[in-house]
Amino acid sequence: MRRISLALLVALLLPALATGASKGTRLTLVAYSTPKDAYGQLISAFQKTPAGNGVSFSQSYGASGEQSRAVAAGLAADVVAFSLEPDVTSLVQKNLVAKNWNKDTYKGMVTRSVVVFVVRDGNPKKLKTWNDLLKPGIQVITPNPFTSGGARWNVMAAYGGALRSGKTPAQAVDYLGKLWKHVVAQPTSAREGLQTFLAGRGDVFLAYENEALFARRRGQPVQFVIPKATILIENPVAVTSISKHKAEANAFVRFLHTLEAQKIFAQNGYRPVVPAAARGFNFPVRPQLFTIKYVGGWAKVEKKFFDPKTGIMVRFIGSSGG
Amino acid sequence: MVANAEALSAAPAARRSLAPGLSIGLSTVYLSVIVLLPLAALGWKAHGWGAVSTPQATAALKLTLGLSLVVALVNAVAGTAIAWTLVRDRFAGQGLVNALVDLPFALPTIVAGLTLLALYGPKSPVGINAAFTRWGLLLALLFVTLPFVVRTVQPVLFELDRELEDAAASLGAGRFTTFLRIIFPSILPAVLSGAALGFARAVGEFGAVVLMSGNLPFKTEVVSVYVFGRLESGDSGGAAAASVVILLTSFGVLLAIGALRRWVTRHDR
Amino acid sequence: MTAKYALRFASLGYLALLLVAPLGFIFWRTFEHGVGPVWAAVTTPDALHALKVTLVLTAIAVPANTIFGVLCALAIVRHRYPGSGIVNAVVDLPLALSPVVVGLALLLLYGRGGWLGGHGIVFALPGMVLATIFVSLPFVVREVVPVLREIGTEQEQAAATLGASALQTFRRVTWPAIRWATAYGVVLTTARALGEFGAVSVVSGRLAGQTESLTLYVQDRYQSFDTTGAYAAAVVLALLAMATLLLMTRLRPKEGIQ
Repeated sequence: MRRISLALLVALLLPALATGASKGTRLTLVAYSTPKDAYGQLISAFQKTPAGNGVSFSQSYGASGEQSRAVAAGLAADVVAFSLEPDVTSLVQKNLVAKNWNKDTYKGMVTRSVVVFVVRDGNPKKLKTWNDLLKPGIQVITPNPFTSGGARWNVMAAYGGALRSGKTPAQAVDYLGKLWKHVVAQPTSAREGLQTFLAGRGDVFLAYENEALFARRRGQPVQFVIPKATILIENPVAVTSISKHKAEANAFVRFLHTLEAQKIFAQNGYRPVVPAAARGFNFPVRPQLFTIKYVGGWAKVEKKFFDPKTGIMVRFIGSSGG
Repeated sequence: MVANAEALSAAPAARRSLAPGLSIGLSTVYLSVIVLLPLAALGWKAHGWGAVSTPQATAALKLTLGLSLVVALVNAVAGTAIAWTLVRDRFAGQGLVNALVDLPFALPTIVAGLTLLALYGPKSPVGINAAFTRWGLLLALLFVTLPFVVRTVQPVLFELDRELEDAAASLGAGRFTTFLRIIFPSILPAVLSGAALGFARAVGEFGAVVLMSGNLPFKTEVVSVYVFGRLESGDSGGAAAASVVILLTSFGVLLAIGALRRWVTRHDR
Repeated sequence: MTAKYALRFASLGYLALLLVAPLGFIFWRTFEHGVGPVWAAVTTPDALHALKVTLVLTAIAVPANTIFGVLCALAIVRHRYPGSGIVNAVVDLPLALSPVVVGLALLLLYGRGGWLGGHGIVFALPGMVLATIFVSLPFVVREVVPVLREIGTEQEQAAATLGASALQTFRRVTWPAIRWATAYGVVLTTARALGEFGAVSVVSGRLAGQTESLTLYVQDRYQSFDTTGAYAAAVVLALLAMATLLLMTRLRPKEGIQ
């Protein structure tokens, strides 16, 4: 009896100790899976500025769609940084982000990237164009577009790439169907996709350029090819309307657009939105680069391709697995 | 004596009337809040039954049930063999081996998955790469279900009356015949119980397989990972529907094994 | 004779390949470069926070389930009431449920839009506590019930006639009889709570330093290519598991080996 009472007492006290005394402001950052390292450095840099002095952070990283839904389901975030705009738009519709979140100079975006082919060292299968991916026996890894933001960029890059090569929209959709027959794994997030590829699955992994750079920096035996026709990825960041520390959160988002922060992003492989920060880094421009507007804009694209019931990708996902 | 007993129980009834109410009431409330309420929400919000009959869902279900069945069978054999070695054999370090059998109960499932991946995965020092394959899944499930049959069979083997075996031997029965005719029927109910528990555990296993499986739909996606995937895709209704289906299937199999076990026990008399 | 050796070899070989080799290998791999890097990996702020979260979850779940466990066992065995059979079955439910399903059920109940939603339970520590309590619920009950059945009510009734109150009867008569069974149940509960992964995976928000348990931390490190960090955390959990295993061996009802 005594043993139990003691344990109970300790158990009642521990939570109090665990929460600890919180001094200063604490911001919660909920982000997609790949920029963990970058935000680690950015937060340290922010804390050295006057605006960031005394501000501590809780951070959560995961697949973009998954994280967006978590915030919608109750995950208390101050700042959200997702892979693509629709993951913020869905929060606007739930009144969790203000309607004017993207009315600034950068339209709400904080980084850019492009879709690339991550291949084995030496590119043994010689994969350079979107058509090369349809060669017999080629195995493709791309995350699941219903959970991963990166995967949606991949789909639109493939679709737009087909359009750029002269196909009609119907033929481009047809291309997507053919491509998805080559997909052998659909991990939940971009980061998990890299894991799967590095564990030996597949011949090519469709990824963000920054993820490829991350892998190379970690000494992984891969290289990447930027196809001539690829999509310009733009990643949004926003302050939530339910944030209890809007001033500090806005200060953090403003900081992310400073030259210093954009340089940190560039060091981590992200293309900066502030042009001056790209100086000194090698981010090749591709001749047939296009944006999401070229393929119809997110609103149209979400409905046509990614509607959970009627989207085109629903059909194709089921057919994958070879 | 009987009259006394009645007198005994009558007297303190008044003083003890609070105790049953307290224990019954508290435990029922606790159980309802912790277990029943969430499960009710699950059943209520389960919709999208169409999602449960998609090819991907059916494939996950088939794979899970198939693997769990194989695991149950392997455990029935291996578990009995190990139980035998622990009860009937005698060697140095036997106590350590006995303790080791409980390791899968004590080890976190994600750690189990990680250790198997380290030795039998992409960076395997012995060249065995079972990651993203059904063999890898099998390995993970065998790991976590190992103790069940061993622990149900051990006590029965221990209690077994050797006289029957000795009698059979003296009548000229070979060791195998003795095993088949005398020992096996006695331990069969225990083997079935342990295998059933292992089966139920394997059907729901998540932590040990999540790193190994690679989520390849139709190839290595088990139903717990499928449910997780549905949830992450925003289809919590579909995830709940799939959960209810596996729940009912597991219970169905458990009931069947329970009935089989009772039949075996009755038949034995 | 050879049959005996063959069986022994087969059984021990199976155990070696399935259990011992992988675990031994991970220990070897982890400490390949000495204890230094492992210690560094395990004492990072995130790792320490994760350990704290795991210990907090366990420290709440275990006493709660122990008290419930004893009360429930008493209710089921001593006070046969209508529905006690159902209660017995419900107690066993957590053993049959996939942890992902448990997490999903909690999410549907306490998440935004759920019946009890909007109170900051899921994606925060309370949700993880509920998940941990759920999955580790049955053990104390299951260990105490058979002992209570076995010892019978004679002594308790005798104590009652001598004028003992319910509490005194429990303290002096019942508790000493179920003490060791309860302790064994507590150890099993602790092991289960420490190792919980699936259910907390669904209800956590993976907020590093707040809602990331040590098990989630292992997965996170592994997926970030930080195998040292992953292995180091895994080793900490494995050592905790082995300590639990030791207690289990000491407290287990002594039968089953020569």
